[in-house]
Amino acid sequence: MARSDVQLMLDVKAGDAASFELLLQRYRTPLVNFLHRMVRDAALAEDLAQEVFLRVYRARRRYEPGAKFTTWLFRIATNLALNAIRDGRYRTAELSLDDPAEPDQPPVLELPDGRPTAEQQLLDQHRQAVIRRAILRLPEKQRAAVLLHKYQEMDYNQIAKILGCSESALKSLLFRAYEALRVELAPLVGLAAGSGQGSATAAAGEGRKA
Amino acid sequence: MMSCEGMANRIVKYLDGRASAAERHELEAHLALCADCRTRVEEFRRLWVVLDEVPAIEPSPAFDARLRERIAAAPQPSPWSWLAPAPRVLAAFAAMVLLAVWLSWQSPAPEPEARTIEPGRSEQEFTMIRDLQVLEDYDVLANFEALEVLPVASDSDDRKM
Repeated sequence: MARSDVQLMLDVKAGDAASFELLLQRYRTPLVNFLHRMVRDAALAEDLAQEVFLRVYRARRRYEPGAKFTTWLFRIATNLALNAIRDGRYRTAELSLDDPAEPDQPPVLELPDGRPTAEQQLLDQHRQAVIRRAILRLPEKQRAAVLLHKYQEMDYNQIAKILGCSESALKSLLFRAYEALRVELAPLVGLAAGSGQGSATAAAGEGRKA
Repeated sequence: MMSCEGMANRIVKYLDGRASAAERHELEAHLALCADCRTRVEEFRRLWVVLDEVPAIEPSPAFDARLRERIAAAPQPSPWSWLAPAPRVLAAFAAMVLLAVWLSWQSPAPEPEARTIEPGRSEQEFTMIRDLQVLEDYDVLANFEALEVLPVASDSDDRKM
């Protein structure tokens, strides 16, 4: 049976380096993705995620199992991201809609049957850029709340602790954030436009928990 | 009957499945009558699907190695690092030390009375203290009535003993 996060952290505290490796494997990808969506810069997101793990490691001897481990982890991550944003260490410049979603991925020129055409891929990339830009335009705290709620699927109590606010304040924050996204992404989600269902449905569920 | 205003703050809880059964019924009763709120809820639902289109990224292969380097390069905690989490304790300790120094400066301890030691006196005192027990014994023996009835020991008896 897999050891809980708290048990792993207690083992790290007792000097077990292998338990730290397990925590790293468990949360490396979620943290990098959370930070990437917060700051939009992959290199900075990795740098910040490493800083989170470094701080956890350095604080291991003082660790006391109180709140959930992920609350502690994402609280550190959120604070680091907010500081980086306030320091201007990330690329807030208008995200060009022509930006490919993942610059490292080579463009697909020839496609076998049953796979999206190059044109469809470009359209998908354009949609992804629009969505990313909308998320990035949210005020930082609203952005963090949406990312923790939507992508990390955390409960209100945990997110409220991470953001240092009450649960009722968080619910209001989340509503305002989603409302702003609904307006910003009206061409994709608006019932009048009638779009947003095609590839969105196909992609549903793939990005969750990442 | 719930208002559209009251509905707004509960949409998220309704859609993420965390609303109680009672809350859900209340919301659905409102939705059955309010087309605007029905549209908004449906758009929120679509928005959540759209947000899933953003693909996840993978950390670079060098992530772990870089982290290990950073951990190895991080300075080891100093022997005084235990003070770091408790700066208030340190400040309180420093304040107490300062207060103690100030108080001792304000009211210097009274000087002991000057004593002149006469030559030979300390020797007399020593002798007196040394003989004190003997003198006490003498006092008891001299006034001990029971001793008066004892036969007086003669010199010959002393020798026998």
